[in-house]
Amino acid sequence: MNSVIFTAAARLLVALLFVFSLFMLLRGHHLPGGGFIGGLIGAVAFIVYSLACGPAEARKALRITPEVIAMLGLGIALLAGLFAFFMGDPLFTGQWYWVGGDSYETAAFSLNSVLVFDIGVYLVVLGGILSLTYAFEEET
Amino acid sequence: MADHSDPNAPWKTLSGIGTSAITAALFLFFVQYLPTVASGEPVRWVIPWIPSLDINLSFWIDGLSLMFALLITGIGAMVMLYAAKYLAGHKQYDRFALYLFSFMLSMLGLVLADNLIALFVFWELTTFTSYLLIGFSHTDPKSRRNALQALLLTAAGGLALLAGFILIGVTQGTFELSELNAAGSIAGQPFYMGILILVLLGAFTKSAQVPFHFWLPNAMAAPTPVSAYLHSATMVKGGVYLLARMHPSLSGSDAWVWALSVFGAVTAVFASFMALRQTDLKQTLAYTTLMALGTLTMFLAGSTGYAITAAMTFLLVHSLYKAGLFLMIGVVDHATGTRDANLLGGLRASMPVTAAAAAAAGLAMAGIPPFLGFIAKEVAYAGALEMRLMLFVVPMALIAFALMFAVAGIVAYKPFYGPQGELPHEPHEGPWPMLLGPVVLGVLGLLFGLLPGVAAYWLIEPAVAAVMGAPDVGGRVKLWAGFNLPLLLSLITFALGFILYRVHLDLRERLARIEARAPDLDAGWDVFLDRFMAFTKLQTGLIQTGVLRQYMFATFGVFAVTVLVTLLARDVGGISLALGGLSFMEWGVALLIVAGIVLVVLTSSRIVALVGLGVVGIGVALIFIMYSAPDVAITQLLVELLVVVLLALAFLKMPQLDPSGTQSHSFANAVLAGAVGVLTTVVVLLVVDQPFDRRLSDFFEAASWTEAFGRNIVNVILVDFRTLDTFGEIAVVGVAALGAFALLKGFARARNAKGEDK
Repeated sequence: MNSVIFTAAARLLVALLFVFSLFMLLRGHHLPGGGFIGGLIGAVAFIVYSLACGPAEARKALRITPEVIAMLGLGIALLAGLFAFFMGDPLFTGQWYWVGGDSYETAAFSLNSVLVFDIGVYLVVLGGILSLTYAFEEET
Repeated sequence: MADHSDPNAPWKTLSGIGTSAITAALFLFFVQYLPTVASGEPVRWVIPWIPSLDINLSFWIDGLSLMFALLITGIGAMVMLYAAKYLAGHKQYDRFALYLFSFMLSMLGLVLADNLIALFVFWELTTFTSYLLIGFSHTDPKSRRNALQALLLTAAGGLALLAGFILIGVTQGTFELSELNAAGSIAGQPFYMGILILVLLGAFTKSAQVPFHFWLPNAMAAPTPVSAYLHSATMVKGGVYLLARMHPSLSGSDAWVWALSVFGAVTAVFASFMALRQTDLKQTLAYTTLMALGTLTMFLAGSTGYAITAAMTFLLVHSLYKAGLFLMIGVVDHATGTRDANLLGGLRASMPVTAAAAAAAGLAMAGIPPFLGFIAKEVAYAGALEMRLMLFVVPMALIAFALMFAVAGIVAYKPFYGPQGELPHEPHEGPWPMLLGPVVLGVLGLLFGLLPGVAAYWLIEPAVAAVMGAPDVGGRVKLWAGFNLPLLLSLITFALGFILYRVHLDLRERLARIEARAPDLDAGWDVFLDRFMAFTKLQTGLIQTGVLRQYMFATFGVFAVTVLVTLLARDVGGISLALGGLSFMEWGVALLIVAGIVLVVLTSSRIVALVGLGVVGIGVALIFIMYSAPDVAITQLLVELLVVVLLALAFLKMPQLDPSGTQSHSFANAVLAGAVGVLTTVVVLLVVDQPFDRRLSDFFEAASWTEAFGRNIVNVILVDFRTLDTFGEIAVVGVAALGAFALLKGFARARNAKGEDK
């Protein structure tokens, strides 16, 4: 697609969509969003970029091959689940740590394995869809 | 012989000597249990494995398993040392050492396992490792074929065995052999016949009883140390071990007595004639092994003291002399370049140590006093006279033992003391690592014969007690038992055997002529395998057509039929359609969706159909939004978008829709699509008609914040309450993406390769 307007717009759109995908990932625990939706939006961002500038350019922008991203995500999700096992809980039990307090209300923020798992989901969806799309685009 | 160009050769030799040393250490480890076990106390270890299914990694050392463990580790250490020399310089010697060691461990697990399921796992491990060992010369198609034959036959038997074990576990409530044996015979209980047949199938295939015998001589394609180890002393004895192990619980029925007596006797006699017929000494030994396995099976049919004592004594003596003879044949083969009985002769002068070891093993095999083989034969006759089918067993045993006497002469006497033969090259004495095994085993055969009390007290009596389930019930094991019927039978055996040895050349020709006319099971196996492969090819062609439309037609067709049958078979009540309460918005969305569907069905352009599908998807997303499910709606919209992108990319590469090609299918398609649509609608309406069970929703609403600290219930369910499900789903996403990626890249590569060809 050799449209100057699309190419120019795509560069802006990609950054916006990508940041938005991270935003959706992080807000997911309380508001509509989450790793799955975030991953889909992130994938859309890079697909737009690849449609505008070609898959080779998009791969370069991604830096890591999408298959690797997907497998990394799977590994991260697994580790987040195994973490509970190492702490003595059943597999995949959410682990929560409060920083600056001792409960959700008093703490400044929390560290938890649930978000780590969601990041894994995000990466699997992003990497999985992109590996498919890029393979399709490069097929000719 | 040694290939000095391989810089790793010293390390490879070391790997062989190292495994041999570990095996020797294991031998010493088991020796320390001799006093405990001889005093009648079994040792048991239990490691819980799958406690919920009553499957444990439990081990049990009693007289029977200890005797086997000592044979496995003792002979194993010598065979490994031997192999280090025999295969020195072989490019893949390290691999061989690994296979052999893995086999040794599997076999050890098999004889020590107390839990039936654990025993089965080790059983199959011996099958796999022996497959690797038989097929070690993997560049030779014959070797590969024979390895596969052994694998398929013994693994098929193994599956029958597993079924039998599961039946035992279900009917008896335990998988532990020690508990089963303590409970006594299960003959006459429900499923006994089924269990017996399945277990016997497993044991008979492993121990190569007629008609499953043909894999064993073929397995001699393996290097000689493998034959010495697997096919004489260990693996093939696995089936006999199992029969002995399960003797307390499975014997005690007519079926047991008849099956074991008949199959064992026929195997023994058939194999001893076949042994006489061979000219390759390794093949001769293979058939005498078959004969020994048949004899052991035959004696395990009995339940009297002498019958079991005969089985255990013969087991011990056979392992000693047969391993020794196989190793000796390897030495001779190495030294002279041939194993042909017609060529070998007069080796005594050039190979004195080998000749002495061969003589010891041969005398034990022939059953000459004062070797242990003589005692074994005496006890065997005493046992045979006690057995239920005495009139059948005694003559069969007599024929087999007499033939074995003759074969012992062919294998151990003639090559060394017979007339000078024509050898491919000048013989020389073997190196000491290869002689150690035959010498030690030969000396043991003599020592145990001179001091029968030692062998009886430490090895045979505990083993007999383990099989019989009670101490001090076995037969007396001694060198001189007085003038009795067994002694008379022994003398007849010697006379008959001597005559057979004198006429064996003539006899061999006659046997060859008979064999040429008899049906060949081995060739039958090839025919069977070919037919089976043709059948699978046909079946695959029928089911896996490779046409996507047919796969989808089958999937949706099965769905429609099963739903329809369920609906008709069950009284599902009426369906109520309350359309009155729908708002203007809802009617609008519904119409939008219907319009989209009409467009998809009527168009002949892929892109237009894609747009129509997009309209349907967005309509559904709108419904989600109206019913306050933003998460689902967002996901739906994004997926729709991605589907459009992916399909558009795919369509670019696809040919135009051909209306004439699809016309013929369109009626069937319409019927199927209509049926699936209507049935799904009916099912959804029926579900909606049911009162909504709010228990799960209530739980998630209540617990989402208090227990999982999240206000978005959908997300909390995904990443906290049902994380394992989500993990499974993302694993599917990842694997599907990888699979599709591989397919696409594979096509691209195939096309590129084709392009280069042009």
